[in-house]
Amino acid sequence: MASLRYESQVRQPLVDGTKDYHQVTEDICRPVEAKPSRLWWIGFLVSVALLLFGVVSVAMEVTYGTGQWNLNRTIGWGWDITNFVWWVGIGHAGTLISAILLLFRQGWRTGVNRAAEAMTIFAVMCAGQFPIWHMGRVWNAFFVLPYPNSRGPLWVNFNSPLLWDVFAISTYFTVSLLFWYSGLIPDMATLRDRAKKKGAKMFYGIAAFGWTGSTKHWQRHEALSLVLAGLSTPLVLSVHTIVSFDFATSIVPGWHTTIFPPYFVAGAIFSGFAMVQTLLLVTRKVLSLEEYITLEHIEVMNKVIVLTGSIVGIAYLTELFMAWYSAVPYEWYAFKENRLNLNSPYGWSYWIMMGCNVLSPQIFWFRKMRRNLFVTFFMSILVNIGMWFERFVIIVTSIYRDYLPSSWSTYYSPTIWEIGFYLGTFGLFFTCYFLFSKYFPVIAIAEIKHILKKNGSNFKQGMGQVESESLDTYVAKHVEDGHH
Amino acid sequence: MSVQKFVVGNFYDEEVLFPAVKKVRRAGYKIHDVFTPFPIHGLDQAMGLRDTSLHTAGFIYGITGTSTAVGFITWALTLDWPINFGGKPFFALPAWIPVTFELTVLFAAVGMVLTFCYLCQLAPFVKKDHFNPRSTDDTFVMALECTDATNEAEAIKFLESVGAQDVTVMEKETGWWLGRYDHDTMRFQKSTNA
Repeated sequence: MASLRYESQVRQPLVDGTKDYHQVTEDICRPVEAKPSRLWWIGFLVSVALLLFGVVSVAMEVTYGTGQWNLNRTIGWGWDITNFVWWVGIGHAGTLISAILLLFRQGWRTGVNRAAEAMTIFAVMCAGQFPIWHMGRVWNAFFVLPYPNSRGPLWVNFNSPLLWDVFAISTYFTVSLLFWYSGLIPDMATLRDRAKKKGAKMFYGIAAFGWTGSTKHWQRHEALSLVLAGLSTPLVLSVHTIVSFDFATSIVPGWHTTIFPPYFVAGAIFSGFAMVQTLLLVTRKVLSLEEYITLEHIEVMNKVIVLTGSIVGIAYLTELFMAWYSAVPYEWYAFKENRLNLNSPYGWSYWIMMGCNVLSPQIFWFRKMRRNLFVTFFMSILVNIGMWFERFVIIVTSIYRDYLPSSWSTYYSPTIWEIGFYLGTFGLFFTCYFLFSKYFPVIAIAEIKHILKKNGSNFKQGMGQVESESLDTYVAKHVEDGHH
Repeated sequence: MSVQKFVVGNFYDEEVLFPAVKKVRRAGYKIHDVFTPFPIHGLDQAMGLRDTSLHTAGFIYGITGTSTAVGFITWALTLDWPINFGGKPFFALPAWIPVTFELTVLFAAVGMVLTFCYLCQLAPFVKKDHFNPRSTDDTFVMALECTDATNEAEAIKFLESVGAQDVTVMEKETGWWLGRYDHDTMRFQKSTNA
């Protein structure tokens, strides 16, 4: 079999160390089967506390109305929609890794796809909260669905980007969940067949759906994964495109640009990868999975970050240029006075965005930096701050001064309940992630086994030796033997 | 649902498994199934399984989603209650592309997953026998069907000769039943203890 497969000499192993299939199972199931550590409990309880703060904040908003937030007639969208777009964007990396990289046959995705997909689902859950609670009278939220009603029936407006959003986000959530869970079924069966405790036997027994690993089932499973990946690829691009339409189809200066769809998608992948880095750097350390989520993975993701960060940078400059070149005074004013001008009320946010998203990722042109865990962690936080400010800049700096100077807004800053709501979604996200990392295998066990034999043995004999021995000794040793 | 007898052999290396599958089939034995911990490409062809039609089903679900979306929106916005949105045409097809696309994807994905679960008979609380709990860990388990005419000793010997280990005759419930994995012990656990 091995002779049928070409393996590159420069490709580094996807899984470090020498492992057999059983060792893989042991390594990945260990954190699930062990008692949670004290660190896990601390993290989990902090997350739950944040979540409760979020619940209180939302309860305040529902009880007393959206007036609890500092939104006004000029700034109708503030922190809430900023947070919505930010969370949706974060979700995109998971689908990119699990779907697009599957189609591109990128073997390294197997180390990180399970956690990234979980992150996608949790991030979309958080994102969905914002438009829903922003409705104010949330008990009428089902009005967004096209159901036969007693008002005519009056149908929803299918020409509106806000309705497209309803369909995009709910489809994205559903498909991501199905994709994630169908991949989980075989791994749940692994946990089920290893379970010793009654509770675990019951839980994984139910969750594994009676999976046996039959060849026919695997054949269908592979077909399903491939088609779901094929469907998710345009889906993930469509979702952030549609989110960008919320802005781009309006006539607000600063929003009314055709560059938004690709620019938003690149930004989404950029921020999503940063969040994947943040989570996985901690996860691999805490669960000792460094041999599965290797330095190689970190480096590859940093390459994606520098690529998408640069695309985002080009997009910033393009929209700036177009604002000037269009010769529309309102458009240019929004950029020159509301954003570029550091002395304007929100000028600072534009420059934070520029610094975090465009300048700082350039550090990843250096291999040393891409492979430095501290730099990576720091950068991942910085990028997420930057991407939050990108949405803040787009939303607030575009609308706080509208066409009528008399209704130009006074300075908008969030109330404690707006901040609490945002922190609450962090609570939701991390509560889910902590539960996931405790009860689910954070790495796709079956998929890792599938690529295990492509473990870079050629690399270890070839380039790996060159790197470890230095080229001269390698050549002296091997070339004279007639190996090459 | 019926309990049947099988000759069951374990493999620990897919590079032994592949030629074994071919030899077993050439010798005229009927392979009931091979249980593997991860998908092994080409094993389905080696076993002579036909390709799955799940893709076709997905395509049909997708088309259903597309036509549902276009059909419904057309009916709602042009026939049932046409509303003038900023003087634009009632039949505003370009504006419906996003929703149509999303519903295509949604129908295809949901439909395919449900079909997958139906075909493989997967659902919560479903219980099935498989011979070796290690077959979801590191063991490839091949099961040959036994009939009255089967010489079990010979089949065991043959499987051993092609590289299988710990070959035994085992009974298995071939269908599924509702149950929980913490309640009754599995058949394979009984027979391995016996």
